[in-house]
Amino acid sequence: MSSGLYQIRDKDLDTTLDLTRLKPYGDTMNDGKVQTSFTLPVKDDDKGAAAAVLIAQKMGLADPNVALRQKLDENFTFYVVYGSLTHTVNYDEIVVQTVTDEVMDMHETDDFLKERLGRKMVVLGASTGTDAHTVGIDAIMNRKGFAGHYGLERYEMVEAYNLGSQIPNDEFLRKAAEVNADVLLISQTVTQKDVHIQNLTELIELAEAEGVREKYIFCCGGARITHALAKELGYDAGFGAGTYADDVATYTSKELVRRLGK
Amino acid sequence: MESKLNLDFKLVEQARAHASRVADDTQRFIDGCTTVAVERTICRLLGIDGIDAQEVPLPSVVVDHLMDKGALPQGAAFWIGNAMVETGKDPQTLAEEVGNGTLDLTSVPTHPEAEIHAALAPIVEASLAKIRARRQRREDFIASHGGEKDGPWIYLIVATGNIYEDVVQATAAARQGADVIAVIRTTGQSLLDYVPYGATTEGFGGTYATQENFRLMREAMDKVGEELGRYIRVCNYCSGLCMPEIAAMGAFEGLDVMLNDALYGILFRDINMQRTLVDQSFSRAINAYAGVVINTGEDNYLTTADAVEEAHTVLASQFLNEAFALRAGLPEEQMGLGHAFEIDPDVENGFLYELAQAEMAREIFPNAPLKYMPPTKFMTGNVFRGQVQDALFNMVTILTGQKIHLLGMMTEAIHTPFLSDRFLAIQNAQYIFRTMQDLGSEIVFKDGGIMQNRAGDVLKKATDLLGKIEQLGIFETLEQGIFADIKRPRDGGKGLDGVVNKAPGYFNPFLEPMMKGGAGK
Repeated sequence: MSSGLYQIRDKDLDTTLDLTRLKPYGDTMNDGKVQTSFTLPVKDDDKGAAAAVLIAQKMGLADPNVALRQKLDENFTFYVVYGSLTHTVNYDEIVVQTVTDEVMDMHETDDFLKERLGRKMVVLGASTGTDAHTVGIDAIMNRKGFAGHYGLERYEMVEAYNLGSQIPNDEFLRKAAEVNADVLLISQTVTQKDVHIQNLTELIELAEAEGVREKYIFCCGGARITHALAKELGYDAGFGAGTYADDVATYTSKELVRRLGK
Repeated sequence: MESKLNLDFKLVEQARAHASRVADDTQRFIDGCTTVAVERTICRLLGIDGIDAQEVPLPSVVVDHLMDKGALPQGAAFWIGNAMVETGKDPQTLAEEVGNGTLDLTSVPTHPEAEIHAALAPIVEASLAKIRARRQRREDFIASHGGEKDGPWIYLIVATGNIYEDVVQATAAARQGADVIAVIRTTGQSLLDYVPYGATTEGFGGTYATQENFRLMREAMDKVGEELGRYIRVCNYCSGLCMPEIAAMGAFEGLDVMLNDALYGILFRDINMQRTLVDQSFSRAINAYAGVVINTGEDNYLTTADAVEEAHTVLASQFLNEAFALRAGLPEEQMGLGHAFEIDPDVENGFLYELAQAEMAREIFPNAPLKYMPPTKFMTGNVFRGQVQDALFNMVTILTGQKIHLLGMMTEAIHTPFLSDRFLAIQNAQYIFRTMQDLGSEIVFKDGGIMQNRAGDVLKKATDLLGKIEQLGIFETLEQGIFADIKRPRDGGKGLDGVVNKAPGYFNPFLEPMMKGGAGK
């Protein structure tokens, strides 16, 4: 029997939700229960387990319970630890930068563009730099789309060009001029050692040097991209995990119409 | 083996015949051309290695020099052999002299062909002997450590960017149960038209493929293999603009498995199709001779195209890869034809389709060590569901006898694998392989059921497609975007400037002995 089953220590737990002192929920309000797992580069013994407990305590976990310790290699041990988080955050004070509030579906965006722009919106996308992954840009642009969200190629009022992967930044901008793009979508999948930051920064610097930064709406996307990061790097918007073609189309079409004052 | 799918093997024969004629047609083109990569490979096989004062690899120095002089159509072997006759120096010394500007290979007086061949012969034989010895070493190691493993080879990737860190991770993975270690290449290497030199510690999403890095990983896996009493295979990538060069480096350093697809670079790296078709042919001859198992890249089609609708393109491409590989002397036992578990988890009966398709590949290519790729496209941040997706994938492998089993990671789509991710993935696979070891031979599929019908449909569509490809030819097929929904022009893409037509008298002294296939034969 685990010690948690007949827990008496927390019987005085205040179970009222207080958003100014928010903490994780396990099975009771304010119990603060979390699970975490990590590997320590030490051998699997009691001393290693004690180290895992201390690490958990330093993370702010009270009563850490090492549920699993597993030898991975001679000097590497994996721990799964449960505990009660002692930290809280003030939920009411949090302000989040979001790209758009209400997302339009494909038909709504097409109607919006027909009425307000009166022509097709030209979108150029690529996975730029050395990045060979097309999964992100394909999810947004391919006709079929991803997870039930149609891609931009399917939009009646979007002229979509997907250049694929490993497109150098200068070539990308040259192509943008050639097709007279309104919107540029840059996908970055490989993020090891922040290679995506360098590449995204280089594109914006290049666009500024060529005097075309304001000519296009610059959006970047990828699993590790957030809107806040995109803004920080000088982009107009960023699309991270859980966003689809709908989100990109809604933001870009509204922003384009706004910029053109239509 | 009895067919569980009740496949129409007349249709299989027909598909194979179509693919065979496509390959014959393409081979006529291949035989008329050489490339800078092929010629650099010949330089490497002649023993040219190292870099010049500007850190340019010497094989590149020699081939660039011949290209500048318009002399590449005769082939590097001709010019080097000729200079050997004239000077009595070895290829390495001649390359160094080209590098420091003291020798122009094309201004050396021309000697009779028979003398050139005679001068090269001992060097060619020494190089072939070196590769044969490497192959023999692998075979002896396996034989003296309990023979070849039954069941799937657990294939794991390492991708730290630093070869020394890769060695640490690979050693841990081997101890945990990996049979094949693949060192993922740094992003962008496929588009380099040369092979970097020496040990490297800086890469993005992977590590540079260099001969020294190959050597370091092979050495580490030999060490841990001795400790564990089993052979650990090392895998890298004969793909991109340097397909045959990397094959030669791998053959010298005892690599065991190479990603080596006839069409992948064209489709997914926008490398020119003429370039890739010529390069793949020689790279496969080298792999054939070195006993290297090649892996083909059909699984990638399903990352851009739909896994349900486009399953027949995977099968059609497997037939083509088989036909091209046979023409380069590569036996079926070294063909790790690729496919993948990539059907959307929301598709009803998706698992049945996966199982039917995997069984179909097994029955159509009975001698090939099939390479089966885990789910990637529909892996999300939900690592817990991811572990279940990988479990389903593991089940298909053990039920259908897939051989090269690329382990799925529950943290796919989040980050390169942690040490613990690899452990959990191996534990998942070993659990399923153990408890379901013989389930495949215990079950039959319902006559006329969902799975038989699925396999029958895919085979029919693949055969029709191959018939169409035979009419079009491979170039037109690629131009029309039939594979992976990707269109490539015949004269577009990277590397076309490195393709030249062979002049009369051109020769590649390695091609013929290598195309005879296995080094032991």
